[in-house]
This record gives sequence, structure tokens and C-alpha cells, in this order.
Amino acid sequence: MDSQYIDHAMILAGLLFCLGLVGVMVRRNLLFMMISIEVMLNAAGLAFIAAGSAWGQPEGQIMFLAVITLGAAEVAVGLGLTLLLFRHHNNVNVDHLNLLRG
Amino acid sequence: MQQLWLIPCLPLLGFVLLVLGHGRLSRSLVRLVGVGSVALAALATMWVAQDYYAAVTAQAYQVLLWPWLSVAGLEVGFGLYLDGLSLSMLFVITGVGTLIHWYASGYMWQDADYQRFFAYMNLFVAAMLMLVLADNLVLLFLGWEGVGLCSFLLIGFWYQDPANGYAARKAFVVTRVGDTAFAIGLFLLYRELGTLDLPTIMRLAPEQFVMGANQPTLIAALLLAGALGKSAQLPLHTWLPDAMAGPTPVSALIHAATMVTAGVYLIARNHAVFLQAPDVLFAVALIGLATILLSGFTALNQTDIKRILAYSTMSQIGYMFFALGVGAWSESIFHLMTHAVFKALLFMTAGSIILALHHEQDIRAMGGLRRQLPVPFWCFLIGSACLVALPPSSGFFSKEAILNASWQLPVYGPWLWAGGVLGAFVTAIYTFRLFFMVFFGAQKGQTEEPKGWQFHPPLIILAALSLVAGWFVLPAGSVLPASPAGHPPIWTVAVAVGLPLFGIGIAYQVYVRHQWQWLRLDPWQGLRQFLRAGWGFDWAYKQLLLTPFMGLARVNRNDLIDGLPKFVVLISRWLHGLFSRLQNGQLRFYIATLAGAAIVVLALALKVL
Repeated sequence: MDSQYIDHAMILAGLLFCLGLVGVMVRRNLLFMMISIEVMLNAAGLAFIAAGSAWGQPEGQIMFLAVITLGAAEVAVGLGLTLLLFRHHNNVNVDHLNLLRG
Repeated sequence: MQQLWLIPCLPLLGFVLLVLGHGRLSRSLVRLVGVGSVALAALATMWVAQDYYAAVTAQAYQVLLWPWLSVAGLEVGFGLYLDGLSLSMLFVITGVGTLIHWYASGYMWQDADYQRFFAYMNLFVAAMLMLVLADNLVLLFLGWEGVGLCSFLLIGFWYQDPANGYAARKAFVVTRVGDTAFAIGLFLLYRELGTLDLPTIMRLAPEQFVMGANQPTLIAALLLAGALGKSAQLPLHTWLPDAMAGPTPVSALIHAATMVTAGVYLIARNHAVFLQAPDVLFAVALIGLATILLSGFTALNQTDIKRILAYSTMSQIGYMFFALGVGAWSESIFHLMTHAVFKALLFMTAGSIILALHHEQDIRAMGGLRRQLPVPFWCFLIGSACLVALPPSSGFFSKEAILNASWQLPVYGPWLWAGGVLGAFVTAIYTFRLFFMVFFGAQKGQTEEPKGWQFHPPLIILAALSLVAGWFVLPAGSVLPASPAGHPPIWTVAVAVGLPLFGIGIAYQVYVRHQWQWLRLDPWQGLRQFLRAGWGFDWAYKQLLLTPFMGLARVNRNDLIDGLPKFVVLISRWLHGLFSRLQNGQLRFYIATLAGAAIVVLALALKVL
């Protein structure tokens, strides 16, 4: 890949990351928040791939593998928590989880 | 004289036994320990006195028991010092003290706190003996504060009544004013002379001080302030009448015979310093004279038998101060001794009367007790004769000697003498007013005289002593400066004897024959009220000192100084509220702040901001 495309790839990654962030912030549904986190993770992965490809380095792809692993672990834990939340509250609204306020 | 240490230790041992065995000793055992310890101290005094007189030249005896403080050149030890002056005081304290303890063992027999009473009394005697035997001013101060503490404890002995507690606090606080001045005087004395050892001070003071210079005057004035507080002289006299809230034997021992004369002892002990401050010495005479007259006129209008005696004590101590001021040093100590004997007699007789009348102290409710209480009648008559200084009672010898010495003071002598004689005249009126109101007139109420070996023998012994004490020669003369020599004109003696007799005549006319009623000043109730309230001193002190102080306390109720720490607390509490609001339990808010903070950090890192 030519290095001139890195700008486009980075802008795309940034846009995706911001979309994911906004999703995390505005969504109440835990499931959608996790999807938004996946989007953010993949945006970060895209940035790594693009950077690795631009400079011809293999570390970018290695980091992407690490991000995928991280995402899989996060989904495993997060889905378990979501399941428990649903059993307790009969919904998955995070705004109900406010017992630890100061 | 090696047994000297025994004298203060025996009452102290009695105190320790009584305190440690609290609630475990039977009443008769308490009596044995309480009275016995003081009686043994009296015997030890006899023993020491025998050695003292047996010595070819009556030398002062000084012994260091053990060192106490040793700080930066100041060496203070538990040292005892015996000379003629302290020996005279020992006779008074242990002799009169034993008789009063003996009497108190009967007087307090019904009291629930018999043991506590004797513990305090023994501690008092130990502290008082420490005061007079101390060979340095620091140890003297220890005894001085010790007797003050015991006075406080015994005035408030019946603490269930808040009025007694108030009287005790008043006595403690008022004497504390004088004691503070006394302590400052000690510091100054140490700075000037570099020692607080009494014999050394006596030796150094005439060498180091210039007569009438500032240092000796200031030191003497501060020591005098301490003496005024302890001896209830103007202007620190207001506590003594209220101190009569304590049991009557306490009034006899502490507030008549011994503790209140400690001020006289202090001045006599430090005579070398006072001789270098003639102005202060003259002030001593004036204060004594003012106290004599003020308390005399107050006593004329009192109705409580013990308060009358309290005012008469103030006035007699006034005579002692007067004597010190005019240079009649040994006469002052002589009067101290005779006064201790006859005033203890008067107080204990008053105690018997009060018991006989079921704790009635108002003399208007008494009357005609002459036939019912013959022993108190004769004892009181003898005590009154001494108080009025009728010849040949002991009071006559001591008071005449004081008045004669005052006449010979240059320039002001006759004026001081006239004041002293006027005081004697007033003394005669109020003493016999009391006497006639109690023992003559119509009988009121039933009496139940306390009899037995605890009541009559001490009274009779004291009455006999009061009569003959004038013939004793005290060993104090060898220590103190010589009194003015010479004799005043013979007519002065005639006036000094005749005027009190005239006063007795007036009292007889007014209170027995009910003539000359205009002398009672009945139309001027305001004046009588003023005199009865002690010339408004209590009122003035309340207005000048107490009320402003209470006002300040009220203003400062919330503690202004505490404002600064409280402000810090307030700030941190406010910040705490602010930060705790951030932790609101909203997951999305946390994420948003996290993102915002990340943006700010990134912006800072990229130097955009």
C-alpha cells in the first residue's frame, strides 16, 4: 500500500473510533455499548494495520492480533455480565447500575 | 533536734493511713489515727523544743533531708530549718491543732464522712508544718499551696450544698490571685539574689539591696500580695467570711488559728527583705489598719455567729499586719500566738453553741444561754475578754505591746495608734454585742448541750491557756529585729484600756438594757445594709471583674481562636461534597469524563492547548 493512503485510512479509523465512543456514551443498552466498544477496538486495529502497512513493518499486524484477542476476552466477560444483569433486573439498562454513587 | 523531720511526717503518715484505709477503718480507729498523729507531732515538738532550749546558745538548726530540684544552678532541697520563729509557729500549730482535732473528733462524730474529714485535717497540719519548717522559699511555697488546697477541700467539705462549693471555689480563686504575685516575687528574688534559701536570703538581703530601691520594694510588694491573699487582708479579704461554710473545727483551725496567719509568718520570715523596703512596710501597716476598721464595722452588723468571728479574725490579723508595719516584729508573732489560742477557743465554743441549738447560727435566734450552757458561757466570756484585750487576759498583753510600738513610729505614730485604738473600741462593741445577744436576754428555743470528754476538756484547756498565754515568752524574739524601745505616755495606756471598756458599756446599754437604741442606726437601713455586705466589696468585684469576664466568655462562647481550624474543616468538607458528586454511579458519565479527560491530555501532549 502506498503511504499516501495512510491519511485516508487514519481518518476512517478516527471516524470509526469516534462513532464507537459516541455509541458507548449515548447508549443505555449494555449490549449496544459492547457493540460500540467492538467498533472502537476495530478502529484501533485498522489504525495499526494501516500504519504497519505504510511503514512495511509486521508489528501492526501483530498488534491487530492482540486487539482481536482482547476483544474476544472482553466479549466473553461482558456477555456474562450482561446475562447476569438481565437475570437481576429483567433488562440491560446500565443506568440502573448506580448503587455505587458517592 | 534530729527528730525534727518527725514533726511534719507524723500528720502526713496519718493522712496516708486514713486515705489508704478509706472505708476499712472503724470510726474509733479513725479517731485514734486522726487525733493521735497530731498529738504525737505535738509531743515531737516538745522533744525538739527541749533540745532547742538545752543548747547553750540557741542556734538555728538546718537539716537537708534530700535534694529535690537541681536545675541550672538552682538547688532546692527538702530542707528543714528551725529557729525561734518556726519553733513558735510549731507550738501554735501542733498545740492548738491537737486541741482542735480532739474537739473535732466529737463534733464530727455523727458525720458520714468522718474519715475523709480527718484525712484532710491531717494533710492540712502536715502542709502547715512544712510551710513553717521549710528552709527555702520553694518548699515554703509547697506548704503554702498545700494549706490552700486543704482549705479549699474543707470549706467545701459538705459538697452536696452548691453554696459550700461556691464558697470553696471563691476562697481558692481569691487566694490564687495573691499566690500568683507571690510566685512572681519568688522569681524576682531568685534573679536578684541567686538563691531561695531562707538563711542565705536573710544574710544577703541587707548586703545586696539598697534601702528603698526598686528591686526590694517590688519583691516585698509581691510577697505582700501573697500574704494579703492568704491572710484575708484588704483587698483580697472577701473569701474569709464565706469560708465559714466549712465545719466549725475547720474554721477554728484553718481560718482562725493557723493558715490565715501564714501571711504574717511569711512577712516575719522575710523581714530582711521587707526592712529594705520601708514604703512597703508602711503599706503593711496601713493595710492592716484599714482591715481592722473595715472588718470591725462590718462585724457590727452581722447576724451569723461564725461570720462575726470571721470578721473579728480579719481584724485581729489586721493588728498583726499593723504590728509588722510599725516594726513590732516579735509583738506581731506574739499576737499571732495569743490570737490562735483565744480565737480557736471562741470558734469551738461557737461550735458547741451551734450544736446545742441544732445547727442554728443566727444570733437573733439565740438568747439567754447563760444558764443553759454554763461551760460555753465562761469559755466565751474568757475568749471575748482576750479579743477585746481586757487586762489581764493574753490579748491585753499582745495588743498593748502593738499599740505601744505604733505610738513610737516617727511622724505618723500617734495617728496609727489612734486608728488602732479606734479598732479596739469597735472590737469591744461587736464582741460584746455578740456575747450579750447570745447569752443574755430572753431564752429562745430548746438547747441540748454536747457534753463529754471531747467537748469540755479542750475548751477548758484553751480557756486556761487564753488567760495565761500573755505570760509566755516566745523564742521568736531572737530571730526578729528589735522592736522600738521606750514607752509612750502613760495616758495612752489608760485610753487603750478605757475605750474598750466604754465599748462594752455601750454594748451592755444597747443589747441588755435596751437603752440608747438610736445607736443601732435603725433609720439608716441603707447604711447598715452597706456595712453588712462588707462595704460592697463583693458587689464591686462582681461588677468590675466577674461581669466583664462573663461577658467576654459569652462573646467567645464559640471560641474565636478555633475559627481558623474550623475554616480548614469547612473548606475540606465543601471540596469533599464537590468531588463526591462526581461519583454518581452513572457509567455513561464516567465514560464521558474519561473521554473528555483523554482529549484534554492528548491536546496537552500535542501542545494544541
